[in-house]
Amino acid sequence: MPFSLLKYGLRDDYPFEKDADLPKPTDLKRHYDVVIVGGGGHGVATAYYLAKYHGITNVAILEKGYLGGGNTARNTAVIRSNYLTPEGVKFYTESVKLFKGLSNEFDFNIMYSRRGQLTLAHTDSAIRAFRQRAEINRHFGGDTELIDPQQIRELVPTLNMNPGDLPVLAGLWHKDGATARHDAVAWGYAKGATQRGVELHQLTEVTGFEVENNTVRAVKTNRGTVQCGCVVQAVAGHSSLLAAKAGFRMPILTYPLQAMVTQPVKPFLNPLVSSPALHCYVQQTGRGELVFGGGSDPYPLYNTRSTLDLKESLLAHAVELFPFMANLRLMRQWTGLTDMTSDYSPIMGLSPVDNYYLDAGWGTWGFKATPICGWTMAQLVASGGKVPELIEPFAMERFRSFRQVNEMGATAASH
Amino acid sequence: MKIMQCPLNGPRNISEFVYGGEVRQMPEPNLCSDEEWAEYVFFHDNQIGLVQEWWLHAPSGYWFIAERHTATDDIVRTFDPSELFKERVEFAPNPEVSAA
Ligand SMILES: Cc1cc2nc3c(=O)[nH]c(=O)nc-3n(C[C@H](O)[C@H](O)[C@H](O)COP(=O)(O)OP(=O)(O)OC[C@H]3O[C@@H](n4cnc5c(N)ncnc54)[C@H](O)[C@@H]3O)c2cc1C
Repeated sequence: MPFSLLKYGLRDDYPFEKDADLPKPTDLKRHYDVVIVGGGGHGVATAYYLAKYHGITNVAILEKGYLGGGNTARNTAVIRSNYLTPEGVKFYTESVKLFKGLSNEFDFNIMYSRRGQLTLAHTDSAIRAFRQRAEINRHFGGDTELIDPQQIRELVPTLNMNPGDLPVLAGLWHKDGATARHDAVAWGYAKGATQRGVELHQLTEVTGFEVENNTVRAVKTNRGTVQCGCVVQAVAGHSSLLAAKAGFRMPILTYPLQAMVTQPVKPFLNPLVSSPALHCYVQQTGRGELVFGGGSDPYPLYNTRSTLDLKESLLAHAVELFPFMANLRLMRQWTGLTDMTSDYSPIMGLSPVDNYYLDAGWGTWGFKATPICGWTMAQLVASGGKVPELIEPFAMERFRSFRQVNEMGATAASH
Repeated sequence: MKIMQCPLNGPRNISEFVYGGEVRQMPEPNLCSDEEWAEYVFFHDNQIGLVQEWWLHAPSGYWFIAERHTATDDIVRTFDPSELFKERVEFAPNPEVSAA
């Protein structure tokens, strides 16, 4: 309607306030029971479950940029649960379950699309590792199996079966592999949380903490100081920076991770395809674009300016997998800052500060965990620090007691 | 292509180098507690700013130290480790090994 659009453009106030997804920004209150630092998917999901299932609504989410503008907006939205360790498989399987029901939960379409994920084995040792993953997955109720080159050809006829002179010997076929709209996930949670009284403060950066007797009393921001009952840290690539403000170090290094998207083409690729050996994975979005990504940059850096070497190798490997991609145009290319742990598992739960809870170390693989992170972090906060069983193995303490949860092989280039 | 100044080989392509972690004091492996060792191996400062790091020039197997800014990626200075380590560092022997 051009006329109503003109009227809309000329009005001073925000016209459709009652229909707006998010309430208007307000001033910060003096005190919140819970302050969540980071308005990415993990932060808003935590707020949502706190408000909806625990009745805790005096909650502020403080976000230095805009809602979901961090890695939540930058990831390639691979959702899967075919990890290697029992701890990992159990945890991610719960997340996939929650993901399936999310559109209903929100009454808002997150465009969840179950495609299946195919990971390629180019060596005998990879086949052995895949067989182990398939067994562990099935043991915990997942749908994962080893398939042969003929089955791979049928699933993905356009795939080069000898990419980069690495023959495709077998595949790990994970039928629960899926994708969803990442922005919709963040907005669905944020909308549901704010409707229940949670405050989302964008452009609000946490600059420090007032800690007394090993307890955070107040959170300092660029818009003033607020008192708090407890703090949840969910700031992805900035984890070490925020933890330093609370007075401790983390077993994390921050690396850039890149991804790219091409112009749209006709639908030809249903599964998500990944080759760990080539450090590359490719998928087609519902709109027809090819989204592809690979491994992290080779050394730590707090900069989203992408480096040339990684761009070149990522493009080369994508073209090896699907040679006709050489004829497509790139639409965009971008980078996010990922908080990498050395065992490729997250750090969740308690911190050295009593009322300061951690959701960190999500590196290159945390989008798929957004719902279960929100769910378990809300339980942790609501119970005043009783760690839910599902996230016990991910305690930061594991690095001091040498009980790492090694998911490196099941993570690299599959995200 | 990014260029790094190798103290031994001169300016080389960044892809020839391997990152080796922040330069910090290594605790005595045989005398420190498990906690101290874990702290040294796994925990990092990972802050924004100018830091000293170990780097390896892989083709020549040469380790050196670089001062690099972790947000701008500017490599301000590279130098031979002998500038920091004036003499050989000796560690206490492992009591279990020497007893055997
Ligand atoms: C290129 C790329 C591809 C990826 N692909 C996948 C994938 O396919 N599948 C998958 O599962 N995962 C993937 N990931 C990982 C995934 O994106 C992240 O693990 C996940 O989004 C983390 O969510 P989050 O809410 O914790 O962090 P974020 O969405 O990054 O949110 C953290 C927020 O904290 C804010 N913040 C930081 N410091 C402060 C402060 N001091 N004060 C206030 N706010 C602050 C930031 O602005 C940011 O918005 C990918 C990541 C990248 C970069």
